[in-house]
Amino acid sequence: MKSSEKHTITALVEDRAGVLNRISSMFRRRGYNISSLAVGKSESPGLSRMTFVVDGDAKTVEMVVKNLHKLVEVIKVSDISEENAVSRELALIRVKCDVASRSEIMQIVDIFRAKIVDVSQDTLIVEVTGNEDKVNSLVDLLGSFGVFEVMRTGTVAMSRGTSFEQDKPVSNPRILENAS
Amino acid sequence: MIKKGSQIVCESLLREGCNVVFGIPGGAILPLYQALPEYPELRHILTRHEQGASLAADGYARVTGKPGVAFATSGPGATNLVTGIASAQMDSVPLVIVTGQVNSWTIGSDAFQETDITGITLPITKHNFLVMDASEIATSIKEAFYIANSGRPGPVLVDIPRDVFMQEVEYEEPGELNLPGYSPNFSGHSGQIRKAANLINKSEKPVIVAGHGVIISKAYDELKALAEKAQIPVITTLLGISCFPEDHVLWTGWPGMHGMAYSSFAIEEADLIIALGMRFDDRITGNPSKFALNSKKIHIDVDPSEIGKNIAVDVPIVGDVKEVLSRMNNHVVDATHPSWLKRIDVLKEDHPSLDIPETSKLLARQVVRDISDETKGDATIVTGVGQHQMWAAQHYRFKKPCTFLTSGGSGTMGYEVPAAMGAQVADPESTVWSIAGDGGFQMTLCELATIAENKLPVKFAILNNGFLGMVRQWQEIFFDSSYVSTAYTGNPDFVRLAEAYGIKGIRVTDKTQVKTAIAEAMDHDGPVLVDFIVEQEENVYPMIPSGMTVFDMIEEPVSEKVTT
Ligand SMILES: Cc1ncc(C[n+]2csc(CCOP(=O)(O)OP(=O)(O)O)c2C)c(N)n1
Ligand SMILES: [Mg+2]
Repeated sequence: MKSSEKHTITALVEDRAGVLNRISSMFRRRGYNISSLAVGKSESPGLSRMTFVVDGDAKTVEMVVKNLHKLVEVIKVSDISEENAVSRELALIRVKCDVASRSEIMQIVDIFRAKIVDVSQDTLIVEVTGNEDKVNSLVDLLGSFGVFEVMRTGTVAMSRGTSFEQDKPVSNPRILENAS
Repeated sequence: MIKKGSQIVCESLLREGCNVVFGIPGGAILPLYQALPEYPELRHILTRHEQGASLAADGYARVTGKPGVAFATSGPGATNLVTGIASAQMDSVPLVIVTGQVNSWTIGSDAFQETDITGITLPITKHNFLVMDASEIATSIKEAFYIANSGRPGPVLVDIPRDVFMQEVEYEEPGELNLPGYSPNFSGHSGQIRKAANLINKSEKPVIVAGHGVIISKAYDELKALAEKAQIPVITTLLGISCFPEDHVLWTGWPGMHGMAYSSFAIEEADLIIALGMRFDDRITGNPSKFALNSKKIHIDVDPSEIGKNIAVDVPIVGDVKEVLSRMNNHVVDATHPSWLKRIDVLKEDHPSLDIPETSKLLARQVVRDISDETKGDATIVTGVGQHQMWAAQHYRFKKPCTFLTSGGSGTMGYEVPAAMGAQVADPESTVWSIAGDGGFQMTLCELATIAENKLPVKFAILNNGFLGMVRQWQEIFFDSSYVSTAYTGNPDFVRLAEAYGIKGIRVTDKTQVKTAIAEAMDHDGPVLVDFIVEQEENVYPMIPSGMTVFDMIEEPVSEKVTT
């Protein structure tokens, strides 16, 4: 067992005031480390999906999953670290740029299939989408030109293929209806 | 039908079978109180402090098995409940707390007596609600009761703004519960149950460690059946005390920091631990990495997040203890384990943790032993926290289930007064003895007024050592007897204090008066306070220092044993 690694956990939660507070309070109280957290509406009205990237060994992650489950407003929790999953993050990177460095930066941006979304006298904003490693390497590479600001959404993730069908909570017909 | 929010609260409580509420009114919750006269079936007991209300609700809940209910107003009223709520959360006690909140349109403006009580209690409740519309009250209260008392029980708080109590809405009975994220009923996996039974059938040195879950699920008969069928010694946790009759030959005490030495050694020597509705608390395990390394472990608990939390287990079973045991027992074969039981007897002889030294002095332990004898082990015992708590647990011999009420997880001093009151309200015919510390008693003694007012015949035994005794003991053993801030030299005259409340007071200063005083207290119709002036520097043994192992246990030194 590796002592510490990153695990991706997704959760379907009720979209109510205080839910995020309840979840973050649980993480804080039990001393679990979240390295990223993303929240947004799901396919069903009234429900949100969250993606957590958690640092910890297998036991910690198991306890995170159990303690998330224990929260009344958390409907479904999946640890998808071991699964074949798609995980993506979006980042905006403000990088220093002058005439001399512009074309080199553009080349790097191209290789990463990133985009330049804003240009000013001596800075560029680069938009990149990818998994965490990809975003990390782009930030590293651009670092040599001078990075002023990095804004990341945190990872969102979904398992590939049709396994999602088993993912649906049977206890809640409401969601199945909405999904069909 | 059009009803006010306040009326809906009362009707919802009655529908859930609640007929006693502990609380104190104030501005934000006043509209609810003003509706109470319409509902005479809902008995309100006016406490003297909101902590008294939440702890009384705890005592009431443990005895009845129903959620205890408390009311408080916003701000300080609500924050005064917090200690009782946190205790209930730690000990899995079902409570439903209704707090008044400032008017909904002023929330967030730091209005007079505004406190974010749902925020404050978020980590110490099983769940909580802020109800912003009267049409949601009925559903919220129905959900609160269900959540509080299903699965692993716990406290649920419902915060209701003042105007919502007064809001008039078309009232409908709440429909079916819709809690998609809450499925507390685990029935125990059949394969795991069979695996567990196999381990039991193969074991040569099994022990059962029975916790609070056995009491909560009322699995007394199933536990007894398992123990007797396979002749397995039964150890309880502190909160499991009374779930197994203590005059039974298989009863093997309780382990841990101040538990009986033989119980801790039995766990250490066992080859199988059958853990029922318990959570491997650090007071039991000491150093978890060195805990009971010779054994396999079966852990049955209704809360999946307890499995593997502190101790790795071989066969986890998530389910209600009563249900799981009733199924598992079918797969367990009769066994006798004669040599293991003989070994347990030897441990009991070699480590007579319950012997009380011969002395003319008035030892606190002796008082507990005498109360045990005089009540024949039939009373409900409520304690505070400290030395007296440990002595009560060690020296009272419990015969009836669910008769030991103590704040185990939280260690809440002051529990002894309000919880005893709640226990007496829950069962007016029962004999309730509060075994109190002079320290803890003073934290909640204002409830003597509530007790007198409601003519509750609680008997108090203050084991008055003039010290925050347990802390003093730590100072003696670990800090060279440097008694910093633990002597209570300004204690009141507890007998006159009781009399000031109209309660009978008795003082005992000599060993020879103990039994008569206890009998006198029991003969008296109403509440009685007996102030036992006990030895000041008596220590609780055995003692396993925090974070250590059974092998670091300190047993009673001989020099202390022979004091005369
Ligand atoms: C509310 C609260 N404050 C402080 C403590 C720490 N504490 C644990 S035991 C104890 C001493 C209790 O004194 P007393 O009630 O007289 O009981 P004794 O140990 O003397 O029997 C203290 C202060 C606690 N458990 N609870
Ligand atoms: Mg004391």
